Amino acid sequence: MAADTAFASEENGVLKVRTCAWSPPGDHPVGCGLILHVQDGKLVKVEGDPDHPITHGRLCPRCIALDEVVYHEDRLQHPLVRDRADRGKNKWREVTWDEAYDLIEAKVREIWDKYGAESIFTLTGTGRESTLYAPVYGPAVLNTCNGASTYAFSGQACYGPRATIANYLLGAGVPEIDWAQYYEDRYDHPGWECPKYLIIWGKDPLYSSPDGFFGHSIIDLMKRGSKIITIDPRLTWLSSRAEFHLQLRPGTDAAVGMGLLRVIITEDLYDHDFVEKWCFGFDELAEAVKEWTPEKVQEVSWVDAQTLVGAARAFATNAPSSGIWGVALDQSKASTQAGQCFLAIMAICGYLDVPGGIAITKPTSFIGKWRYEMSDTISPEMAAKHIVDPTGKYALFNVGAAMGGVQGDTLLNWLEGMYKDYDCYYDLKMCWMIGTNPLACMADQPQRWYEAMKPLEFIVVQDIFMTPTIMALADVVLPLSTFAEHDGLVTPNFGRNQHFIGAMNKAFDNPNTKSDLEILIDMGKRLRPELWDRFESVDQFFDEQLRKNYDFGLDDVRAVPAKMAGYEYRKYEKGLLRPDGEPGFDTMTGMVELNSIVLASYGEGAVPYYEEPEFSHISKPELAEEYPLYYTTGGRNISMFHSEHRQVPSMRAMHPWPLVTINPVVAERYGIAEGDWVRVTSPQGHMTQKAHLTEEVNDKFVHVEHAWWFPEQDGEAPNLYGVWKANANNLIPHESVGVTGYGAPYKNGICKIERVDSLDD
Amino acid sequence: MQYGMLIDYGLCTGCRSCEVSCRKEHDLPLEEWGILVEQIGPKRLGGEWEWDYVPVPSRLCDLCSERRQEGKKPMCELHCLANVIEVLPMDELAKRASELGHGKVSCFIP
Repeated sequence: MAADTAFASEENGVLKVRTCAWSPPGDHPVGCGLILHVQDGKLVKVEGDPDHPITHGRLCPRCIALDEVVYHEDRLQHPLVRDRADRGKNKWREVTWDEAYDLIEAKVREIWDKYGAESIFTLTGTGRESTLYAPVYGPAVLNTCNGASTYAFSGQACYGPRATIANYLLGAGVPEIDWAQYYEDRYDHPGWECPKYLIIWGKDPLYSSPDGFFGHSIIDLMKRGSKIITIDPRLTWLSSRAEFHLQLRPGTDAAVGMGLLRVIITEDLYDHDFVEKWCFGFDELAEAVKEWTPEKVQEVSWVDAQTLVGAARAFATNAPSSGIWGVALDQSKASTQAGQCFLAIMAICGYLDVPGGIAITKPTSFIGKWRYEMSDTISPEMAAKHIVDPTGKYALFNVGAAMGGVQGDTLLNWLEGMYKDYDCYYDLKMCWMIGTNPLACMADQPQRWYEAMKPLEFIVVQDIFMTPTIMALADVVLPLSTFAEHDGLVTPNFGRNQHFIGAMNKAFDNPNTKSDLEILIDMGKRLRPELWDRFESVDQFFDEQLRKNYDFGLDDVRAVPAKMAGYEYRKYEKGLLRPDGEPGFDTMTGMVELNSIVLASYGEGAVPYYEEPEFSHISKPELAEEYPLYYTTGGRNISMFHSEHRQVPSMRAMHPWPLVTINPVVAERYGIAEGDWVRVTSPQGHMTQKAHLTEEVNDKFVHVEHAWWFPEQDGEAPNLYGVWKANANNLIPHESVGVTGYGAPYKNGICKIERVDSLDD
Repeated sequence: MQYGMLIDYGLCTGCRSCEVSCRKEHDLPLEEWGILVEQIGPKRLGGEWEWDYVPVPSRLCDLCSERRQEGKKPMCELHCLANVIEVLPMDELAKRASELGHGKVSCFIP
């Protein structure tokens, strides 16, 4: 925080600190460049950093209103404890950090002795800075096999499926559009080309800026000539500008993908040279998609046959082109097959690792790699106790695969006692939640998760605000600092395709709060000093991690707005993707595995196939008579990040209520007017949101928003800030997942709607 | 010299960063605005989708004259995610509008 360093300067009593944003408050690692103006130790202004090579000063409303988060009267400012008997009640006691740490340490040691460390599990959430550090709490602090990347989340239905399929098929980190993101000189970089077409599939990146992708770079590319193909049930704003909009029935992505592949293959539009040299299993893929004629695709997915053919031809015959795949591909039972199709399209068109195509890097780097190394710090005996489905499903979730976590559906079944009669069963006793508010967001059937978590002896949660999950379940609450109040590093794509490293520089103090990393090191020193004692400071930690991987350290990163990674094209020709230095991809065959040996070994299809969603008018025609509409969920609005920002005045004013989006024709059929409360009911449950009438959805489905709760309402149980009332996850079936355990239908199901009088109906 | 605001609104995505930035920079209450984003559509016109966002400055907009005197961009222009706002001298507005050339460009002199 010193004045006049490489990243801070003082002018007329105002300290201006350059930093890269991440979280808290919620955001993905895009690392947008900020200049924070600090006067008398207080944040007085947020300004975009015009010198940041990615954002060039541009900011979304959430960072612009950062002051409203930092100084919000409801922010957690002290560690809190509560008697276990008072869960659900607002009966908190403020304690010091040392008291909170003492309590946690004593309880963990007691649980280690009485039940074994395996009875402790951790839960984490999505996208936040904590995703780097949360997976380490379980193995390297609590010494348990049931930590790593574990979510209260059916089918781990975000990012994990895509990251895993990319790893299996390409042997690479998460693929990304080549938007010149690796270069200081960006779009002027010699050798870079602008993609001619962009497939934007199950994603609305303008408003989500996912994983490290600065969403509005799509607009930069459109200004430079890129044309758009969207694959989305919704008419998104981008779809309204698209040359082709493939408006599919929610959950039928694999059928559309196979239809696109069939056009490209049967019309001989693919890159023969790339396929012959670098792809394994093309013939099997061609055979698998043969039956998916445009007419059949239209029948199954409702995508107009001519639009499908036009999109496939335009995409395959205009090199270079590129694409981006969204969480919608993860959020169906057929996530694996949809992902296979996306990667196969990019591969056979010859767009992998070429200028203006799909950028790929090694699977993990830097801190991404560190967190995996830290997962290997438990004993083999402990690792053997890792919770897996005892009936033999989801073998991919054994230790060492699938980000090392416990499969979410298996975890709920385990907590509910479904596996009590198996020899491997033991009771879980403690949970530590880091960067997650599962009762509001993520947890399928959230009230079941609530009931299943209640019997736990001890629950710790860390966050910046009181949440429904904390009020319902926590015994100890640790208050987090915002990204403006702590030091850190931003690693786009969580190290799985990192185009720069950005320094997150502390701009002012909030002495009673700590970062996820500070808490990790503090508790690590207490519980597993052999792993943590050598870390004297956060700075030393980051410097060491950087120097292990690069020829520069923390000061070098802090010296610039963003330390750009640079990029080498056609790495597969140069031996730059494999650890052995041989040409090819880092897969078993050394090629892109269109026919996946690894997937087959997990009992999954080696090539894509189509499976009808479990709840649809085709798979359950009688039920669909009662539930005549489809629903999809989770479209983003830019003023909020998942369950966050509901209490931030400027952000809530932009989007005051949860909206169910209904086509005007459908609304008229049900006597629903703009602003009416509408109850949406699926075979699994119901919830209520406010009607918004628009042609963004057609007459076959509605869209409901996710992760709503109401900080202004009564927080105590049973109301819990109204977390059950508008909760989209009430609609979601438990364990309707893919063969691997990945993929769950958060974005596709059947429903009925009716007008009601209030949110409470 | 008089300045005006050119908005390439055909590519405005409705993020409303301009609204929030302006309120912060001019210390306006939540009920007031220096610029407001209006939504038009989506509706079909001539078989194609029409869906626009148009930011409209209010009388409270001074085009961030203080910032411009320091050689800085107005806050809405700096933060605009789609990079579609430009504050320019009057005599350059028409030239810049014709350079953009694709239609859906508006000009405000608040």
